[in-house]
Amino acid sequence: MSIFQLLNGLTFAALLFVVASGFTLIFGLLRIVNLAHGALYLLGGYIGFAVATRTGSFVLGGLGAMAAVAAIGFVLDQGLLRFVRGNDLRQVLLTLGFAFVLNDLALVIWGGDSFTVPIPQMLKGGMRVFGVFYPTYRLFVLISGIVIFAGLWALLNHTRLGALIRAGVDDAEMVEASGVNIRRVFLVTFLLGSALAGLGGLMGGAFLSLYPSADAEILVFSLAIVIIGGRGSLVGVGVGSLLVGLLNTLGQVMFPELAYFVIFGPMALLLAFRPLGLFGRAATT
Amino acid sequence: MTETAGASQRKFAGPTGRSALVVLIVLALAAALPLGLSNYQVGLATEILIFGVLAMSIDILAGFAGRTSLGHGAIFGVSGYVVVYASAQAGLPPATAFLLGVLAATLVAVIFALLAVRTSGVYFLLLTLALGMIVWGICLRWTQVTGGENGMRGDVRPALLMAHRTFYWAVLAAVTAVSYAMWRFVRSPFGLTLLGIRDSESRMRSLGYNVPLHLFVGFAVSGFFAGIAGALYAMFNNFVSPSSVALAQSVEGVLMMIAGGVGTLFGGFVGAAAVIALENVVSAYTERWPMVLGLTFILIMIFAPEGIIGTLRALLTRQARQSPISTKGH
Repeated sequence: MSIFQLLNGLTFAALLFVVASGFTLIFGLLRIVNLAHGALYLLGGYIGFAVATRTGSFVLGGLGAMAAVAAIGFVLDQGLLRFVRGNDLRQVLLTLGFAFVLNDLALVIWGGDSFTVPIPQMLKGGMRVFGVFYPTYRLFVLISGIVIFAGLWALLNHTRLGALIRAGVDDAEMVEASGVNIRRVFLVTFLLGSALAGLGGLMGGAFLSLYPSADAEILVFSLAIVIIGGRGSLVGVGVGSLLVGLLNTLGQVMFPELAYFVIFGPMALLLAFRPLGLFGRAATT
Repeated sequence: MTETAGASQRKFAGPTGRSALVVLIVLALAAALPLGLSNYQVGLATEILIFGVLAMSIDILAGFAGRTSLGHGAIFGVSGYVVVYASAQAGLPPATAFLLGVLAATLVAVIFALLAVRTSGVYFLLLTLALGMIVWGICLRWTQVTGGENGMRGDVRPALLMAHRTFYWAVLAAVTAVSYAMWRFVRSPFGLTLLGIRDSESRMRSLGYNVPLHLFVGFAVSGFFAGIAGALYAMFNNFVSPSSVALAQSVEGVLMMIAGGVGTLFGGFVGAAAVIALENVVSAYTERWPMVLGLTFILIMIFAPEGIIGTLRALLTRQARQSPISTKGH
């Protein structure tokens, strides 16, 4: 694997981390497997694209994508999921139905063409790193991924909200019993997780482009990452993203047509030995 | 365990004179059906039969082992791909292609099962979903073999069964045999063990049952039946594309199973009829079928998670107080 491919793998892993961290936060705390996460990513990309092309600002595009997708997340959580609380299976299948609706809605609005979010002038072109000439934007994605990891790490480990989220992952009932409004923590987490999907959509939309089945592809990667990393673990998502991102790139180099298959290997191995993932713990309930 | 087994035996009372009569009447009606229908409608009826088998194969796991699979569309589709590839590209006779398709689907199910039997609940759902989507990804990308996005076309149907009605009758015969086999399977001692696993895995384990092995065999058998449905569908359509293995296929199958009633087995046909009828009505007015499918799913999850039949029955017999598990399939 050359430096160039290694960087490709790492930048892809960084994008996957942004998307999958939102997915696992929601899964870890609320026990909701949000299968609409891929659709949220795609919508975030489309909305970010629309905002960025109209305002000419990538940053505004990112903010717009995060806000809009968080709003959609709000509708999903407060408008629909509230009716099926406590029933895992019904929740999952409901989010799946929601994903179909969102995806079809996106198809109505943006059609079947593929879009690429415009890269800001500052990040265009390439630069020399480790002896190879590499696109600046992808390095930006890599750095953003690291920054977001650090931010989430600080949020989870050094803030009151983070402590509540971590406590909620371990035992939500106990947190509630100690006088915390866990519903509000749940909602904030859901919105944060959704916003991360939206941000991922914009970031990914600038180098992977956006098209109608992109949501399904990103969802599979997110699922694989959570299955590998374990439920609700930030480090797990980080390691899972690195593994999946690098393996996928390696796969694309070695067996271009079967790249998808390559992430299957570690997932299979892992499930045989650790069904809850590398960093997953059994639920206490 | 004894309670469960007792209840189940009552539920699956042997073919008494009355139920045998009902089966005969239903079969006679189904056989006479195409006489009064247009070719298009016969096609729809054929589809209902085929998808009924898919829904039932999902129900074997969901209703009888408590594991809802979102990967059965992929198993179904793989069978179709192999059937079309074997007959159109490799030039094998239809019967061989059919067998190869079912074999391939069973193999895929075996691989899925090896990975999935240690999981339950949401993890099982997640894993089967991910596995199914990997199959979809391969079908989409492996252009040389699968034809990529364009899929593959090929005359798979044997010359003898070219006419719509003849094909319908052939499918009806196959589906009857397969349904009987599935019914026998779920009411066999093995099927009752699966029921026991659904109701209490830990109890079955402490009774000495090898839970993963039972789930593995259950999954493989379920995949075998999904494979038969897939092979029949390939013959019906003479075409496969990534959308035949896509998530939507699994989701439709699960929706049919749920709409018909989880754990009712033959409810699969009712669910298939409801979903296919809805799809046709909707498609006549709009191209937004995925949206309607999604909305239907959301509504069923919120209002009728036990399926249309289950909910109606619960309303009629006022069993609402009972737990959802115990109202299943009674």
